[in-house]
Amino acid sequence: MERTLTNFIRALRSSEVRVSTGEALDATRTVALIGYGDRSLLRDSLGCVLAKSTEEKDIHDRLFDLYFAHSKSLTDTDSGPSEAEADSDAPQSSPEDLVDLLQSGDESAISTALERAAEAAGIEDIRFSTQVAYYAQQIIKQMGGEALQQRLLEALQGREPGDEAQAQELIDIRRDLTMRARERAERAFDVFGAGETQQFRDDFAAEKRLNALDRYDMERMKGLIAKIAKRLAVKHSRRRRKRNRGQLDVRRTMRANAGLDGVPFNVIWRQKKKDRPKIVAICDVSGSVAQYVRFLLLLLYSLADAVPDIHAFAFSHRLKPVDDILADNEFEAAMVKIIRELGMGSTDYGQAWSDLKVDHESIIDRRTTVIVLGDGRSNYGDPRADLFRDVAQRAKSMIWLNPEGRALWGTGDSAIPRYLPFCTQMSHVATLKDLERAVDEVLSAYG
Amino acid sequence: MAKDISTGYEPLVSIESVTSGLAEVGYISTREISTSVFLAHGLRKPILIEGPAGVGKTDLAQSLGRWLDLPILRLQCYEGLDEGKALYEWKYGKQLLYTQILKEKLNELIGSADNLSQSLGKLASFEDLFFSEQFLESRPLLTAMQQPAGSILLIDEIDKSDEEFEAFLLEVLSDYQVTVPEIGTIRANVPPIVILTSNNVRELGDALKRRCLHLHIGFPDAARERLIVQARVPDVSQILLKQLVSFVQGVRETDVKKRPSISETVDWARTLLLMHTTALDENFVRTTLNVLLKHESDIAAISKEVPRLVREATGPDKAGRTSSGYPELG
Repeated sequence: MERTLTNFIRALRSSEVRVSTGEALDATRTVALIGYGDRSLLRDSLGCVLAKSTEEKDIHDRLFDLYFAHSKSLTDTDSGPSEAEADSDAPQSSPEDLVDLLQSGDESAISTALERAAEAAGIEDIRFSTQVAYYAQQIIKQMGGEALQQRLLEALQGREPGDEAQAQELIDIRRDLTMRARERAERAFDVFGAGETQQFRDDFAAEKRLNALDRYDMERMKGLIAKIAKRLAVKHSRRRRKRNRGQLDVRRTMRANAGLDGVPFNVIWRQKKKDRPKIVAICDVSGSVAQYVRFLLLLLYSLADAVPDIHAFAFSHRLKPVDDILADNEFEAAMVKIIRELGMGSTDYGQAWSDLKVDHESIIDRRTTVIVLGDGRSNYGDPRADLFRDVAQRAKSMIWLNPEGRALWGTGDSAIPRYLPFCTQMSHVATLKDLERAVDEVLSAYG
Repeated sequence: MAKDISTGYEPLVSIESVTSGLAEVGYISTREISTSVFLAHGLRKPILIEGPAGVGKTDLAQSLGRWLDLPILRLQCYEGLDEGKALYEWKYGKQLLYTQILKEKLNELIGSADNLSQSLGKLASFEDLFFSEQFLESRPLLTAMQQPAGSILLIDEIDKSDEEFEAFLLEVLSDYQVTVPEIGTIRANVPPIVILTSNNVRELGDALKRRCLHLHIGFPDAARERLIVQARVPDVSQILLKQLVSFVQGVRETDVKKRPSISETVDWARTLLLMHTTALDENFVRTTLNVLLKHESDIAAISKEVPRLVREATGPDKAGRTSSGYPELG
């Protein structure tokens, strides 16, 4: 039984429910208290011990159902281990038993045998969906499939009148067995492998170039971005205050100790107030960069908990605020709208800075981080680096995220070298990982 | 877990006894809730309850205390809460007073000393007196550890406290002990049952979550809500009860900013009772909607829906369902 539980915990871990050793021990104690008898009670109890959030609880419940789906007979096998052991050697050798078993229609006996075979085949090691067929084969083998195959061959070659009917019967049985084994292996993959496969694909997607993503990846990216946003929010919503050690706050100390005859028992130190992050994102939405903008905006807006103060502007020719569009529409629809409204003109960075200065300068103050996302290709127009310098000087910092690699900066119509001196930082952003790092750095600057 | 000492937790023998015990004091439990209370005792772990406001998170702790007849120590968390408020504080005033009184005796005491080091040594022997339990003002956490028959410790809205405080709680929650530097470690003979509640204002730390059992209490289904309202407002008639509960359930399905919680249903039931309502009707509902909904925009939105919701609530379909699966109230 210990093994049942450890395998279950292993399945949970592979689906990103973090279960510590301590919790695994708690689970064992829970089972000792509750027992395996009442399935739904066990499910509630383990959920309450092992899951730490509502999402984890959902994953737990789903896996629990998958994992314990077979164990209708759990308590039976538990009660008589010696008897079960004696059984386990017998059925593998003789095909008659297997045939009898499958023909008997005794579902619980069949599934018990199937479980035993699955365990013997080491099913909990399954990791990828491509292994399903292999493990199904192994299960059949453990159940004595080879002998069955042999019998089938003999029946097919036989000349006796009953042979043909018997062969047909054996074929049906074999098909039934194969289906059951396959189903069992698939379920094992859902329990043990699906989580890790997901993880593997996520890692892969995070390192893929953003503009090389296809539609299939987009859905995955959304989940991934939500995860990143949560990670960043947890990291940066903590530690708002910082103690400035060694500097006495005289006023507050006196007040706090007024009741103690003015003797300063409680000393209060000055505290440094931290600025709340304020981010202004300025995005080039012309064709070449639009895909990157999508991810940056999605990430920034998923961060609403940690950074309530976010403003976004988009431009290709003229620059306009897009906060309202993003607030009123569902994200995908908003992006389409933004690109349709603003992404059609020929890119003109000079005009964008001028629009920003004339209409929206007041939005940028000394605690604002300006994030520019663009390739700085201005179609040989005047880049108006002077205006850009003014903006950069007003802001706390100016971060430029460039989808182009460093080698391309300044080639052709790229005006990057003109802007570079005024940027706090300019970095090459090609993958979701880069994006996460960049936003992380911005938020850390408020630490 | 051998039990030589008698504790107040003895009624917690099974999940069913938890459910029926809580029902005795008017708390309608679900099996999930009862299971976690049972496990909290069995595994000696705190319960962390999450869920929307007003679904009975705090009430669970209080009902548990009432049922087991144990003291309830409540610690309301807020930003800036520190050890001094949660754990213990030295009674500075009293210490000062004693110092003043002792001042006159001081000469007699150290008069016999020949030199400075001798008098210092004599003084040092008194120091311990000043930092003894006599001068210790215990706050909820420490008090909970000191209860001889156990207690219910309710740490309310833990998400509102600072991370420093959360980290500080770890020692208390995992070992049921408290360290006072001047005195030493005070360990609970009978650990309290700890209930933490959170409204998810901020994400709690992993370390804290790991030490707790996790319980999510959501909005109740109609049957449970009826039982709860009946337990709280016994005078309400069966017909009105069915109608008002199914009305509230209907409101929760709509897209409102703040969905009405159980406490609001109970308030509403009381209001309707005061107004001698026997069955829901559109006008009554409209005039009392502000008890149920707390946002102007929600009230405006629901006002339009009132005819439909009332029709559904007073219709024969939903109201006829039985409340099986929950303990009947005696």
